[in-house]
Amino acid sequence: MTRLAFILTILLGGSLAAVMTAVAVGSVPLTPAETLAVLTGGGEPLHRTLILELRLPRTLAAFATGGLLAVAGALMQVLLRNPLADPYVLGLSGGAAVGALLAMLAGLGTVVVSGSAFIGAMISTLIVFGLAHGTGSWTPTRLLLTGVVVAAGWGAFISFMLAVSPTEELPGMLYWLMGDLSHAHSIWPAWTVLVLVVLAAMPLGRSLNVLARGPMQAAALGVAVRPLEWTIYIVAALVTATAVTVAGSIGFVGLVVPHMLRLVLGNDQRIILPASALAGGILLTLADTLARTIIAPQQLPVGVITAMLGVPVFLYLLHRSR
Amino acid sequence: MASPLLELVDLVVDIPGRPDGAPLNLGVGAGECWGVLGPNGVGKSTLLHTLAGLRPARRGSLRLEGKPIHQLPRRQIARHLGMVFQDRQDGFPASVLETALIGRHPYLRAWELESAEDYAAAQAALARVDLTGMEERPIATLSGGERQRLAIATALTQDPQVFLLDEPTNHLDLHHQVEVLDIVRGMVTQGRGAILTMHDVNLAARYCDHLLLMYPTGEACWGTTRDMLVPKALEKLYSQPLAVGEVDGMPVFLPLGR
Repeated sequence: MTRLAFILTILLGGSLAAVMTAVAVGSVPLTPAETLAVLTGGGEPLHRTLILELRLPRTLAAFATGGLLAVAGALMQVLLRNPLADPYVLGLSGGAAVGALLAMLAGLGTVVVSGSAFIGAMISTLIVFGLAHGTGSWTPTRLLLTGVVVAAGWGAFISFMLAVSPTEELPGMLYWLMGDLSHAHSIWPAWTVLVLVVLAAMPLGRSLNVLARGPMQAAALGVAVRPLEWTIYIVAALVTATAVTVAGSIGFVGLVVPHMLRLVLGNDQRIILPASALAGGILLTLADTLARTIIAPQQLPVGVITAMLGVPVFLYLLHRSR
Repeated sequence: MASPLLELVDLVVDIPGRPDGAPLNLGVGAGECWGVLGPNGVGKSTLLHTLAGLRPARRGSLRLEGKPIHQLPRRQIARHLGMVFQDRQDGFPASVLETALIGRHPYLRAWELESAEDYAAAQAALARVDLTGMEERPIATLSGGERQRLAIATALTQDPQVFLLDEPTNHLDLHHQVEVLDIVRGMVTQGRGAILTMHDVNLAARYCDHLLLMYPTGEACWGTTRDMLVPKALEKLYSQPLAVGEVDGMPVFLPLGR
């Protein structure tokens, strides 16, 4: 498995470089030497505050969120056997957004907003799963369509809430909807979920490879298909809900990262899942650095950056896949 | 006497929306090659899926070396029965070697990586179906016949006791039809069993020692190929008049035009 070690070493190096860049860039730019001094426990007091209290927590939140979204995307793609599936495809972000906006409208604090978003995401997951499961047939197409329609329903509800909200609440709501890391507080839940999921997914990797060949073939090769599909569904939903809770809905990371990796690395999930976690982290870390510096001192929602990168890449891939 | 590798006891296949067909009572022993003949839509694929344990039977039971199939773990069934499907899903890119290698799945534990022996088994299987040198090719670039041979290589890598092959000669040219059936017969003479659905009566006559005829009415009859190859029975099976000739002492059937 030297290939896996080689790929992960490169991606780990890239991750470190991305994090170093993210904490060094900003209104007060730092040299690599200054950054390194702070990260190794020294440096000037001002630099220490800047990095350890402001930039590093946000950077780590961005990294974990990107990793979670990419892993969720990779899992969803195998579950739906569609290489262009997205972690939000099952209406999860809509449910989370409704939960978050309701909490904002009620004037509640950020912790409650996050909790409410998580609950909204899980409710949406249950609705989609219940409806798609309905009469017993459980095809990817049916799941996908149910998700799309439920997402449209949430969309209407979100528009309604925006229309009736007081004007002063609107900017915060719009930022949340577009995906924003400036309110990311505790980074531990996201990191814990990310590490646990990647470790737990590794022994399932070969079964996922077989499942990608279709449920009948997988069953004929000894995979317990239904329990495996339930596991992927629940894990991907939890992972996406965690990401949405940290940073709102950030599009395209979960779609583009695993897809690009598959083009380069092939479709062995034992490689794709850990590689997605790292590459997703790198992408979102760099996107967030751009988002907070490109028109500084103003900040852009990071979702704008990922969409600007993701839309052309997605269209290109779609065009190529014909 | 040893139990058959695969035994059907009063088995009624569950075809949704259709009344019960005739219960099937037959055993596939080591060294036996069974052909399943019948017109389109009669339930040949559904029968094979049922035999592979992929869908429940309406009635009756299925035994692997004497043990009821529903008492065996999925992984163990996969070491015993190897299924080649008529349709394949290739949503994701994969190479030829990776595809053959998934046949080792039922033998590996969750954390285990494929060993050198697993790779050797996959390479050997690819060699047997003439796909050597194509290991790194993406499966999306293969022709229909090459994919069919790759599916058979995956089943060979799986190394089961009984091969269940759903129209294994589909998409194949004459040479590769004979080659694939020679491989199946080679496995059978080594003490495996095989059940294959086919549309070519003449190839079935040549390669199968037993036949199961499935009629659209739900009736079925089975026995040795010699007993089953009755022109009248085949004409009734396909609702098609046949001309019968003889090549090398074997009957040959040709459909007659109107």
